[in-house]
Amino acid sequence: MATVSITVNGNKVSRDVEPRTLLVQYLREHLGLTGTHVGCDTSQCGACVVHIDGASVKSCTTLAMQCEGASVTTIEGLAKDGKLHPMQEAFREHHALQCGFCTPGMIMSAVDLVEKNPGLTEDDIRHGLEGNLCRCTGYHNIVKAIAAASKTMGR
Amino acid sequence: MYAFNYHKPKTLAEAQALIGKLPEGKLLAGGHTLIPTLKQRLAQPSDLIDIGGIAELKGLTVTASAVTIGAGTRHDEVARSAEVKKAIPALALLASGIGDRQVRARGTIGGSLANSDPAADYPGAVLGLGATVHTTKRTIKADDFFKGMFETALDEGEIITKVEFPVPKRAGYMKFANPASRYVMVGSFVAETAGGIRVAINGAGPCAFRWAEAEKALAAKFAAASVEGLKHKADGLNSDIHASAEYRAHLITVMTKRAVAQAGG
Ligand SMILES: Cc1cc2nc3c(=O)[nH]c(=O)nc-3n(C[C@H](O)[C@H](O)[C@H](O)COP(=O)(O)OP(=O)(O)OC[C@H]3O[C@@H](n4cnc5c(N)ncnc54)[C@H](O)[C@@H]3O)c2cc1C
Ligand code: FES
Ligand code: FES
Repeated sequence: MATVSITVNGNKVSRDVEPRTLLVQYLREHLGLTGTHVGCDTSQCGACVVHIDGASVKSCTTLAMQCEGASVTTIEGLAKDGKLHPMQEAFREHHALQCGFCTPGMIMSAVDLVEKNPGLTEDDIRHGLEGNLCRCTGYHNIVKAIAAASKTMGR
Repeated sequence: MYAFNYHKPKTLAEAQALIGKLPEGKLLAGGHTLIPTLKQRLAQPSDLIDIGGIAELKGLTVTASAVTIGAGTRHDEVARSAEVKKAIPALALLASGIGDRQVRARGTIGGSLANSDPAADYPGAVLGLGATVHTTKRTIKADDFFKGMFETALDEGEIITKVEFPVPKRAGYMKFANPASRYVMVGSFVAETAGGIRVAINGAGPCAFRWAEAEKALAAKFAAASVEGLKHKADGLNSDIHASAEYRAHLITVMTKRAVAQAGG
């Protein structure tokens, strides 16, 4: 066992975990933050995407120990004071989800994509989502939502 | 995943000492090859030595003659570097096409080269540009580095520290990516270097290799039409559910033609 301390959604937390604990297990099983999903567990689907120090990454392919001292944001950390993040709001407004399983990862990837790339075109958005799979929507409304959020986020 | 012990050295010297005394230990860089492998229980290292916190392995420097990339530098940093884009655009383009944004945010050049996956991108640039791989022990020329499928010239416990790419006169990289995984089915890195024309093919064989016939044709005339009529033999190329050896042989010509065109030929 080893102690891993991470700042998760602004709160500093510490847990004793086995070195083989994945970040996604740390979040879901040790912190009870089950908004981050596991879709494939083979690094393909992006359902598990969170931000580590401002970059979107697959938490199923990262050890919790690699995140010692890092700052992690999950889907639970996006809304502020009971108000949805503009990206969450855009997903709701544009009906960018059906079953919702891919949505947390999709939104975390989308927020990072928009924050780092001003003036996104539809093509940029589609390419930017290469790491996120959705089995329901056909992506159309997801792309629309991200394009809209790109504007409301002032990018 | 089987259980392992975890270490996070702060310096290269510490990492080297650890790997030296842990024969069943393994280095961990971005983890985007190793962690999936561990999850499938295809490897059982006793210890992981995380080199992700070693500052000496990070960053890149660009001079008029070379782009030097620390082994721990992430794909995304290479892809976004304005200096790399200017010095060797094909190298930045290659990095920007590895996996997806999340993979590029973690994966490193050192991990990619040490792994020598036949479907990896970086081996194309290393061989195509005639780069030099620096390790904790020595320097290794690109032509001597790739030995086979998942096999390189690295000794046990030898750590890649940086890779030095000479700036070519011009270069181009094109790959036919697997439509599902985005991994390379066939890639071609073409460069006009101080030492002549180099054509490196990745994805098609057990490891990246040079295509001498195309190099000769391009040396005579650097134009896409020069490779039009050439055909690499299918013998010895990879054949799997994604593509037959014959199809890969066909793609070698097509990707090389496009890489030459991208380089302005
Ligand atoms: C979904 C997905 C898609 C991908 N798509 C592509 C793609 O299209 N193209 C592509 O090229 N790659 C692709 N990759 C692989 C990715 O680029 C990996 O990150 C990379 O191959 C390995 O780098 P790493 O830093 O993650 O290495 P790790 O996984 O940490 O390590 C890999 C191996 O290298 C060894 N190692 C690491 N660093 C060093 C060093 N400095 N010296 C010596 N040995 C070292 C480790 O011990 C281990 O054996 C993909 C990966 C995933 C998960
Ligand atoms: S669960 Fe992490 S990529 Fe699918
Ligand atoms: S909404 Fe069901 S997987 Fe995307």
